[in-house]
Amino acid sequence: MNEKAHATTVDPAEVARFAALADDWWNLSGKMAPLHKFNPVRLAFIRDQACAQFSRDPKRLDCLSGLEILDIGCGGGIVSEPLAKLGASVTGIDPAEENVASAKLHAEKSGFAIDYRATTIEAIAGGNEIFDVVVASEVVEHVADLDLFVRCAGKAVKPGGLLIVTTINRTLKSFALAIVGAEYILRWLPVGTHRWDKFVTPEELDSAIAASGLEVVEESGITYDFFHDRWTAASDMDVNYMLAAERPK
Amino acid sequence: MRQSNATTDVLIAGAGIPGLTLALALARALKPGFAVTVCDPSLAAPPAADDRVSAITASARHMLETLGIWPKIEAEAQPVHEMVITDSKLSDTVRPTFLTFDEGERGDGPLAHIVEHRALAAALREAAVREGVELLPKPVEGFERAGESVSVSLGDRPLTAKLLVAADGARSKLRTQARISSVSADYKQLGIVATIGHEREHGGIATQHFLPAGTFATLPLTGRRSSIVWAEEAGEARRIVALPPEEFKKELVRRFGLKLGEIEVLSKVRAYPLSLSIARSFTSERLALLGDAAHVIHPLAGQGLNLGLRDAAALAEAITDAARLGLDPGGPEVLKRYQRWRRFDTVAMAGMTDGLNRLFSNNSDALRVLRDVGLGLVERAPRLKQFFTDEAAGTGGDTPKLMRGEAI
Repeated sequence: MNEKAHATTVDPAEVARFAALADDWWNLSGKMAPLHKFNPVRLAFIRDQACAQFSRDPKRLDCLSGLEILDIGCGGGIVSEPLAKLGASVTGIDPAEENVASAKLHAEKSGFAIDYRATTIEAIAGGNEIFDVVVASEVVEHVADLDLFVRCAGKAVKPGGLLIVTTINRTLKSFALAIVGAEYILRWLPVGTHRWDKFVTPEELDSAIAASGLEVVEESGITYDFFHDRWTAASDMDVNYMLAAERPK
Repeated sequence: MRQSNATTDVLIAGAGIPGLTLALALARALKPGFAVTVCDPSLAAPPAADDRVSAITASARHMLETLGIWPKIEAEAQPVHEMVITDSKLSDTVRPTFLTFDEGERGDGPLAHIVEHRALAAALREAAVREGVELLPKPVEGFERAGESVSVSLGDRPLTAKLLVAADGARSKLRTQARISSVSADYKQLGIVATIGHEREHGGIATQHFLPAGTFATLPLTGRRSSIVWAEEAGEARRIVALPPEEFKKELVRRFGLKLGEIEVLSKVRAYPLSLSIARSFTSERLALLGDAAHVIHPLAGQGLNLGLRDAAALAEAITDAARLGLDPGGPEVLKRYQRWRRFDTVAMAGMTDGLNRLFSNNSDALRVLRDVGLGLVERAPRLKQFFTDEAAGTGGDTPKLMRGEAI
C-alpha cells in the first residue's frame, strides 16, 4: 500500500456537499453558472503555462495534443472536457461517485474519451502514475491536509512537467468578496460552498510546493471586471490566484 | 480532425459582406480543426450586380488588410481625402460650407475609401474558398435547438452546428423564427442610388448636402465617376426615378451642380426604402444576428456596412477566444460577450444618424440656424471634431482586434 495507508486529504462533509450539486454541473445558467464564467480565465492560464512549458503554439486548436493531464477534483468535467478538446489525454479524478458519473455521461454525449475515475490523489500517487500536467483547480481550499495533498499531487508530475493550482487566498478581502459577497449577497454560489478558514495563502502553498520538490515558475491573480462582467488575470492576488510549479528534470 | 459533412462548427446563413467576412476571419484564425459553412442560394451564381457603394472607414480597412482582402480591392477603392458638409438652399447661388473634415485631422491616411459592394463580395468569396470555408448554395429554411447544438434544415438534408449566425438581411427569416422583435421606424423616404460620370476630377471629395427632404450625398469613385445617394420623400422619389432620362438629369444637375462640368448617368437609377430597425436582442440560444439582420440604420453617415463589419470582427473574436480554450463556440458566454459588445454601440450610432436626419429633414429657418450654429461649433472645437472623426473612423471605444489591424 502507499506511504500512509490511513492518511486522507478528503473531508467527507465537503464531498457530500458537492455531490448534491452534481446534476447541475452542465447547466450553464444553473447553480454552476459562476464556475462556467470563471472557466475562461483558468483555462487560459492552464493552456498558456502548458504551451510555454512544452513549446506549443497556444493559438492552435490542438495545442495540447499528446500531453497527459490529470485533473484533480474534476467535478462534472468542466475543465477536463475543454482540455481534451485541445488535444490532451485527460484523466479526471473526483472522490464523489456522483460527480464522476455525471462527468462520464456528459463526455460520452460530447464524444470525448476522458478517463474519469472516482478516486483520490493519494491513490494515484500511491500507484506511481505520472502526468505531464497535474491540475488542481479550486480544490486546495476544500482539502483536509494541504501539505499531504500537495505532496501527492507533486508526486504525480513527470520530471519537466507542471503542477497548476488555482485557489482563493485567505485575506479579509476574500472573506468579504468570496463568502459575504458571492454566497450571501450576490448568491453566485450556494451558502456553505466555501469555508474561509480553509482558504490557502500563496505563502502556505509556496512552502508546501517547495517541500514537495517543485519550483514555482509563474503566479497570477484574478480579478472580476464588473464593466465587462468577466474574470481577468491581474497582479492582485488578494482573492483568487493561480500558480504553476515545475518538477525539475 | 475534420468533421463529417453532417456537422459543422459555425453555420452562417447569408453570403453578404458581413457573413463572408465572419467566415473568412474564423477560418483564418482557427484552421485546422474548425469547420465554417456559409449557406445562401445566391452562391450558385457569381455575385449579383449591385450598384451600392459604401464608405469603408479606416478601421474597417484595417480589418480587410489583416484578412488579406484589401490588396484585392484597393485598385478599385477611391480614397476620400475630404468630406464637405453643407445645408445651403438649392436656390442659393453661393453654397457655403459649414463643416469640412480632411485627412490632416488624423494621422491615419484617407478618411475613408469608397468601395463597390460587388467587388468586395467577390474578393471575400474567393478568399473564403481558399481558406477552406464550405459554401453551400442552399437556403436555410429553419432551425431547431438540440441540447448543446442547433440543427438546421437545408431542404434535402439537415446540418448540425454549435452556432447558427443569421446574416440573412434586413428581413431576416431566422430572426423572425427566433421570435426576436425589432424596434423600427420607417423614414417614409427612399434612397435613390446611381453612378454618374463627370468631366472633371472630383479630387477625392465627398459631399453631404442636407436638404429639407433628405440628404444628397456624393461619394467619389475611381475614374471620373461618383456615386450619388439621394434621399427623398417616398412619393417624390418614385416620381423622380420614373422620369425620362433628360428630366432626371435636370433634377440631378439642380442638386449636383455643374462644378465638375457636364454630367451623365452611367447606371440604372434605383431606389431603396430607408428605415431604421434594431433587433431587441442580437442573440438567442445558439443564434447570433449579424449585419442587417441585427440592424438597419439611416445611410446618411455611410455607417451601415461598417457596423456589419464591426459585428463580424467582434463575433469572430468572441468565438475564436472560446474555441482556443476548448470551450463551446456557441455557448452562452460567447453570445453574451457579443451582445454586450455590439448592441450598445449600434444603438448609439443609430440614434446619432436618426437624430441628424430629423434635424436636417426640416425646412424651418429656426432649425437651420440652430444646426448651422451647431456645425459651426464643431468646426471651431478641434477636440469635438476629433471625437466625431474618431467615431466615423471606428477607432474610438472598445474596438475589436481586427478593426485595430491586429490578427486574432
